[in-house]
This record gives sequence, C-alpha cells and structure tokens, in this order.
Amino acid sequence: MTSTIKQLSILLAEGKASSVELSRDYLGRIQALNHTLNAFVTVDPDKTLAEAAAADARRATGQADALTGVPIAHKDIFCAEGWLTTCGSKMLSNFVSPYDAHVIERFKAAGMPCLGKTNMDEFAMGSSNETSFFGPVKNPWDTARVPGGSSGGSAACVAARLAPAATGTDTGGSIRQPAALCGITGLKPTYGVVSRYGMIAFASSLDQGGPMARTAEDCALLLNVMAGFDARDSTSLEREKEDYTRDLAKPLAGLRIGLPREFFGAGLSGDTAKAVEEAIAQYRKLGAETVEVGLPNSRLSVAAYYVLAPAEASSNLSRFDGVRYGYRTPEYKDLTDMYEKTRAEGFGAEVKRRIMIGTYVLSHGYYDAYYIQAQRLRRLIANDFAEAFKVCDVILGPTAPTTAFKLGEKADDPVQMYLSDIYTIAVNLAGLPGMSLPCGFDGQGLPIGLQLIGDYFGEAKMLNVAHQYQLATDWHTRAPKGI
Amino acid sequence: MSLSIDDVKRIAKLARIRVSEDEAAGYQTRLNGIFGLIESMQAVDTAGVEPMSHAQDLAQRLRPDAVTEPNRREAFQAIAPQVEDGLYLVPKVIE
Amino acid sequence: MQWETVIGLEVHTQLTTQSKIFSGASIAFGAEPNTQACQVDIALPGVLPVLNRGAVERAIKFGLAIGAKLNRTNIFARKNYFYPDLPKGYQISQFELPIVEGGALTVQVEGDKPGDKTVEKTVRITRAHLEEDAGKSLHEDFHGMTGIDLNRAGTPLLEIVSEPDMRSAREAVAYAKALHTLVTWIGTCDGNMQEGSFRVDANVSVRPLGQKEFGTRREIKNLNSFRFLEQAINYEVRWQIEQIEDGHKIQQATVLFNPDTGETRAMRSKEDAHDYRYFPDPDLLPVKLDEAWIEQVKASLPELPEQKQTRYRDQLGLSAYDAITLTGSRAMAEYFEAVLAEQANPDAKLAANWIMGDLSAALNKAELDIADSRIGAGQLAGLLARIQDGTLSGKLAKQVFEAMWSEGGEADAIIEARGLKQMSDSGEIERIIDEVMAANARSVEEFRSGKEKAFNALVGQVMKASKGKANPAQVNDLLRKKLGAS
Repeated sequence: MTSTIKQLSILLAEGKASSVELSRDYLGRIQALNHTLNAFVTVDPDKTLAEAAAADARRATGQADALTGVPIAHKDIFCAEGWLTTCGSKMLSNFVSPYDAHVIERFKAAGMPCLGKTNMDEFAMGSSNETSFFGPVKNPWDTARVPGGSSGGSAACVAARLAPAATGTDTGGSIRQPAALCGITGLKPTYGVVSRYGMIAFASSLDQGGPMARTAEDCALLLNVMAGFDARDSTSLEREKEDYTRDLAKPLAGLRIGLPREFFGAGLSGDTAKAVEEAIAQYRKLGAETVEVGLPNSRLSVAAYYVLAPAEASSNLSRFDGVRYGYRTPEYKDLTDMYEKTRAEGFGAEVKRRIMIGTYVLSHGYYDAYYIQAQRLRRLIANDFAEAFKVCDVILGPTAPTTAFKLGEKADDPVQMYLSDIYTIAVNLAGLPGMSLPCGFDGQGLPIGLQLIGDYFGEAKMLNVAHQYQLATDWHTRAPKGI
Repeated sequence: MSLSIDDVKRIAKLARIRVSEDEAAGYQTRLNGIFGLIESMQAVDTAGVEPMSHAQDLAQRLRPDAVTEPNRREAFQAIAPQVEDGLYLVPKVIE
Repeated sequence: MQWETVIGLEVHTQLTTQSKIFSGASIAFGAEPNTQACQVDIALPGVLPVLNRGAVERAIKFGLAIGAKLNRTNIFARKNYFYPDLPKGYQISQFELPIVEGGALTVQVEGDKPGDKTVEKTVRITRAHLEEDAGKSLHEDFHGMTGIDLNRAGTPLLEIVSEPDMRSAREAVAYAKALHTLVTWIGTCDGNMQEGSFRVDANVSVRPLGQKEFGTRREIKNLNSFRFLEQAINYEVRWQIEQIEDGHKIQQATVLFNPDTGETRAMRSKEDAHDYRYFPDPDLLPVKLDEAWIEQVKASLPELPEQKQTRYRDQLGLSAYDAITLTGSRAMAEYFEAVLAEQANPDAKLAANWIMGDLSAALNKAELDIADSRIGAGQLAGLLARIQDGTLSGKLAKQVFEAMWSEGGEADAIIEARGLKQMSDSGEIERIIDEVMAANARSVEEFRSGKEKAFNALVGQVMKASKGKANPAQVNDLLRKKLGAS
C-alpha cells in the first residue's frame, strides 16, 4: 500500500491488479484504521466495489482512461449522488445528495471509484478538523495531534495510506495546510480552473477544489481529471485543455525562485525555517536561482480574509433553514422559532461565529468600513504578487508556521487558530495557484510543508518545480510509523 | 471598536441563530477577539484602490435561454423535512 | 389645508423568456407545484447561478425603449433576508449598478370626464434592474402550516422604478397603463396581470401643497390590476391625510391592499428585514454589454407608442385622443396601419373612427383581441373604399359591416348580394320624392307655411321609401329644389 496513483495506474494497465482488488485493499485498511483516525465520515463498500467492477469491465473493453480503476476518496464537501454529503455538519447529517458535483462527474467519467467521503471542518471552517460534527480527525503521525484543516480527513487518509489520493478544497489554505501537517502533497489551482458546481460553498470568491496525493506527479495526473470548463459555474474559466504533466521533467536550471521576506520573519518555528532553508539549498543545487521579493500587504491577509470569507459565508449558509432539506429542529412554535432553533442546533460554534462576523460586517453602517476596506486590501495583496512575479517564476516559503499542534490546543482560541493560515490565505485572496509538499520533519518527527505559489495558470510550472524536488529528495515517500 | 451584548443579539437575530443570554457573553468575548485581529486593516490607507470582488477580471458568461432542467420533484422532496401535495410545509407565514 | 399627493411606482415585469434567470427550469405558468423548481431554484447545497442571455436582452430592449442609459458594466448583488419562499436566504438582484438607469415615459392623463382634453405628463424612470422572483406561499390550511411552491422562484423580473413624479391616482394609473402598453409592445413582458406578470408597488405620501420636502411614504405592495391601483392609492391618500389631520405621524411601512374591503393595512412580517446586507454576488461576474449587441437589439425594436402617436398627430392629422387609443396596443396600431396601407386613398380619420367605433365594439362584445378580429384589415379597407366613393351611406356601411362580421366576405360581394348599393341616380330619387310629396301633402303644406321640421319628416319618408339606399345629401338637395320650385 505504498503505491502512488502513477504506480497503481501502471499495475492496472499491465493487468497486474484489478480495480476491485485495489479497492478491497484500501477498504480493508479503512476498516482497520478509520476508528483511530476518523478520516472518513461515510464508507460504503458496496458502492465502491460496484464502481470498481464497472471500471474493470471498462478496461476489459479497451475503453480505459489513464486513471480508470484507481480509487480515490472525496472530501465530504462535494455533492455525490446517492452518497451522504454532510460537509462535516449536523445541518447536513441526513443529506443524501440528489446530484453530482462537477468534480465528482469528472472522476466518475474517468472511471475512478469513490472509496468514501472524508471528514472535514464543518463547512470547511477550521484549520484543525476539530469543528467537524463527526469529531476530529487524528494526525497519522501522532494521533494526539490535529491533521490540519479543513481538508483534514483527506490529508490524513492519504498520509495513512487509506487512499492513494483524495480531493480537497482550499478557501484560505484548506488543502495546503493539512497537506503540510500530514506530510503529503496538495495543490490548490488558480481560482476558476476547477468547477465549484456541487462543491458546497464556504466563501465563493475564494473556494477552489484541488487534488491531495503523495506526489506532485500524482497531483498533476489528478488535476488533469478535475480541471476543466463547466458552464454551470459562472466563475469557471473557459480555457484550452491542459496536460498538467507536460512540464514535469523539465530541468530547473535558470528557474527564478522568489523568496518573500515576510514569510521568514517572527512567528515561524525554528524547525520549519530550517527545513525550508534546506529546501532552498536543494533548489540551488538543482540550478535554480533565488531572488528576494516583497509581499508587504500579506501581513493584512488574515484580517481581510476574516472579513471577506465570513461575509460570503453568512450569505451562503442562509439556505440552511430546515425547509427543503437537511436538519430541522424537532419542536418549534412558529416560523422564526423554527429558523432560529434549526440554525442554532444545526450549526457548530465556529460556523455560528463566522456567520455572525459576516452578518455584522455586511450590516448597515459597517459595510464600507469592513467589507469594502477588505476588498481594497485584497487588491493590494494581489498587486504585491503581480509585482513579485515580474522578477520570479514561482514563490517559495513555508506552508504553515508550525507543524501539527495538539488536539484541543487552539480549539478555544479562534484567533490563534486563524493565524495558522497566515502564509496560505494571501494566495486565495489573489486567486493564485499554490501547493504544499513535504520538505522535512521537526524534532518530534512531524512533517513540515514547503509552499510553492505560482502565477495565474502556472500549475504546470509549479508541478514541475515540485516534481524535480521530489526526484531529488525522499521526504514525500516517508510514511507514518505504525500505520 | 468592540461589540456590545446588544450587537451580538442583533446580529444573531438577523442571522436567525438563537443565542441564549448565557451564550451571548461567550460570543461577545470571542467575536471581539476576532475583531481585534480584523481591526489591524483599518490602519491602511486604501484611498483610490478599486475594491476586488473576484479573482479574475472577467465578464459574466451568458447562458442561452433554453429549458434544460427536467422535473425532479420526487427526488428533491424525498430528502425534505416535511412535504404535502408536492409543497414544502413550514410553520404558518403571517403577512 | 390643501394636500398634495406624491406617488412613485415600482413595477415588477416578468420577462418573456422560456427559462429562469439563473437556471434552465421552465417558467411556464400553471404547472403542478415544485415541478419546475430545479436544483438551482430550490438552492441545494453547491449549486450556482448562470445568467440567462434572454433576460439581459429584454432589459436592454426596455432601456432603449425609454431612452435610458444602459450601464455597459452592471452588477448582481445579494439581498439577504429569510423567508420560506426565498430558498437561498437571499434574492439575487441588482443594487449599485443596475442595467438600466434614467429614461422617461410620456403619458397622456385623461381628464375628469370622458371626452375631456388629456394632459401630457412625463414620468422619469429612476432605474430598471434585473432580479429573480421568489416562490409562492400558499396559506390554505395544511394542518395550520403554509405550503411553499418554488415554481416561480428564479423567474426573471425587470423591476422598473419611477421617480416620485405622479401627483394623483389617475396619473399613476396612466403611467402604469402606458408602461404596460410599452412592455407588451416591445415584447419583454406578456402583461398578464392575473398571472402576476405585471405587478405594481406604489409608494404613496402626502404633503401640504407648496411644501418642498416629501412626506413619509408607505408602500402598497403587489397591486395586480389598474383598478386596484387606483382604489388603493385613493384610500391610502385619504387615510394618510386623516391621520395627519388627527395629529398622528405617518410611519414608514409596507402595506397590503384588500380588494374586498377597499382598505390598506400594514404587513406584519418582514418587520426586521430592513437590513438586507447587500453585497456583490461572488457567484456572478460583472455583466458587460457590448455595443454590437446593443445595436442589434436597437435594430430589432419596433416603432414605439410615443413615436407612433406623434406621427399619427403630425402626419395623419389625428387628434391626440385618437392617437393614444390607436396605440393602446401594438396589435391595434398594426391593424390601423394595415388598413391605411390597403386604402387606395388613405383616410386616417375614417379608418380610425371605424376601428375605434364599430370594430372595437364588436371585438369587445365577442371578447376578442384585435389580432383575432373576424374582419381583417383588407376587408375593412374594402368597406371604407365604398364609403369614400359614395356607394355606401353610413347606415348601409353599418349593415355591410355587420354582415361581414357575422358571415365574412368582401364588402363588394356583400353589397352586390344584398343590393345595398346607395341610390345616386337623381331620376330615380326624384321619382320617389314625387311619390312621397304626393302621399304627404300635409307635410308639404306645413313646410311651405314655415315649419322647417316638416322637411326632416319628408327626408325620412324618402329614405324609408328607398330602403335606406338613397344618398341622403342628394335627397336633401332634390327635395329642397322641388319644394321651392312648386
């Protein structure tokens, strides 16, 4: 069970394994380990094996695509027809989706069986997976620690080899930060590359789905499946189909890596700083040159984000009212009572806090001071990146300021929790692609993530930069012990 | 700035979230902590900066005017809390 | 004290698209509940809106028709409030940058009595914006609960907001009617008020005559007939004046009109919904209108009612009243113009009189629209030609018209078959006059002794004897001649 997507696709192509066999193996590991990790909310072996059998039948007729038969787990934020789709919330704890998200359709069309739906922070609001209604996910490297969030279940299941890959979503770092904390590779594409249709909205102008896997090469293969125009999402970009693997083998000689000085200051842990410095040294060895860049407004990204994301969320989550689907409070005396109790009981504390922040910043008299100001800062932050990309090809830095923290350590302190996304949020505000890949371990054996940030539509370049690093290092091959 | 208990109650009401007297104080503390973080942005002079609503500066795509959606009432209402005669039922609405 | 009424209207016009503004569900009226509510309309988690080109095109058309500014970039915003017929918990509408801004509609306001001179009034339009409709709440008793039908949710609306330029219920009705004519004329709305395709909200306030500041207004919601609009405003104005004269202050409020009692009353719900927390919808990008598209829509616009009215007055010499009546609907104007086109010697006044008179009466009686008239424009023109050349008297023409209406056929054929041709042979008329004079010696005597009335009686007898076919003018001349000569 140490195979990558790439390796599994070769096994299937050569007839050395069937999709049913692979799926059974992974389902077996899920059954053995999920009660420890709580990475999956829903597993349905019958469904998985039926899809796997269909994939095998398809391969037998010679109709297989590159990844047909390779199983994958999906974050429980993607609506999948016939599957419970909870978004980590009591509000949707009974919601069996009557339709497929675009991303789910793409994986179905590719013939990739669904291993199950992964646990997540409620409505993707969190950085530790502790806000899930279904309980926290444990970090496979140390089950007393958090896996990061919000795509914590996806990150943990890939790290623990319960799935070869998983989908995630990233609004402020929700793919990259858990990828870093669990020692895997995860990519958030340019906003608009992956359709948001059927991906339950948190903050619409920031949300973006992406792959989480062991290697950059796997992420490229998966992005080939996920990416693509979708007429049902007005923000989906109509672009020519790309092969994200096309530049993987390119040597890095002459590559200009931008190092933002703001990412290496106070707040960054010593071990992480050291691992990132070593990665930089490795890149120099590979022929890249480094250049210091400035992202002066990025220090304001957390503040701007905690206005914009809650504002959009407060509106996006208004549809959860107990009328058409989902949870409805059992007892109520009138309509308002039904609304207020349904929402008070159906949402967890963090979601309610964010709805209230969002409601406040949009309310009469505060809109300009908060919402508009935050949108102006967003522009300044995006402009910083545009300046930086005039002198470099990719930007490099840490993904998270620290390695995985202990369960409960920040659970009661939203502000400290929010600061764990300090290096990732600016990327979402600008709409740029970013990724995280393993670059070492701290003194306690916990993985450290290296963040790469590309220019708009620079996914193939970024994947090339990550892949070349992974050819020269073996951090991404390390597996947690005892798992 | 900081939110008063009344602010907390007002926004909870606007957001249709029941907040008890006991909970209100807890929300007040935490929300004010978060606003402490947010307030840092007020120091920045953003005069003349165009607000940014979208990641890409693009125009809305337009859909041809055609009926493409079939009737799926049965599937949709199978997951509804309360329906009758094809209608979603809610506590009496008084106009 | 003298009071002045101030009225502004917000009119929701349902657009004539096939599908909804943000989804591919049908907007056809009358379907079983929730069978035209797709995943987007019921706001399942994860669904997204995509804008209907047809809705935008209709908004452009309307903007061009009222001479408004079209915002080349316009924005959709979310209006947030909770209501069970609003599935997303927000309505997608336009707030800061609507598609249409400015423009005006010039309307003719009727006088106190029919036949009074009309007064021209220009009502400025503030804006018109695209938005989605909400669903319907059905309050019949479902065990004390309300039933929600979301078929209407997401139906495209163009909300047309006027300036507070109207000063009476009559002006408001004239404006609403002119707007109704315009939107049906250009085809952006079917105008069906029973089905809710054209709904009017009236903002009404009163102030002492001469005062500059507006009084506090109350908004009367959802008026779905012109009669209710007039009744509701008149009631509301009386009520507000009474309140103020009794020393009360008017509180801003949303009110409903009850057609059964003829009264307005404040709504109880939505009382805390005034903080709508508008913000640009992140799911929708700015709408950009390119010049080529606007030109294309402009080219597709028909000649508009106001343009036609001017032409009818200035070039065809019709009265303002006739011009307004003939442009009451596009079908009416098209019919009128088709008749003129068929006439060898176009006589606009004659055509107008027949269309507004006998034809309209017959259509009303049969409850038919002019587009479905039993008498085509060509047929009517044939009838008018026979009036113009003296073949038919007015009375005979009516007979031909009736025959044409009930049995069809061309005027000439009817005249031939029924022998309805006017008698213009003076020899023949003289013969009848002689007979009549002989048989009515007393009348002849009376006339000659100065009783002018007796002349009319003799004319009547001659017409009767000719079975109405004698040319009345000729009868007059010849009779006078004979009476004088003797």
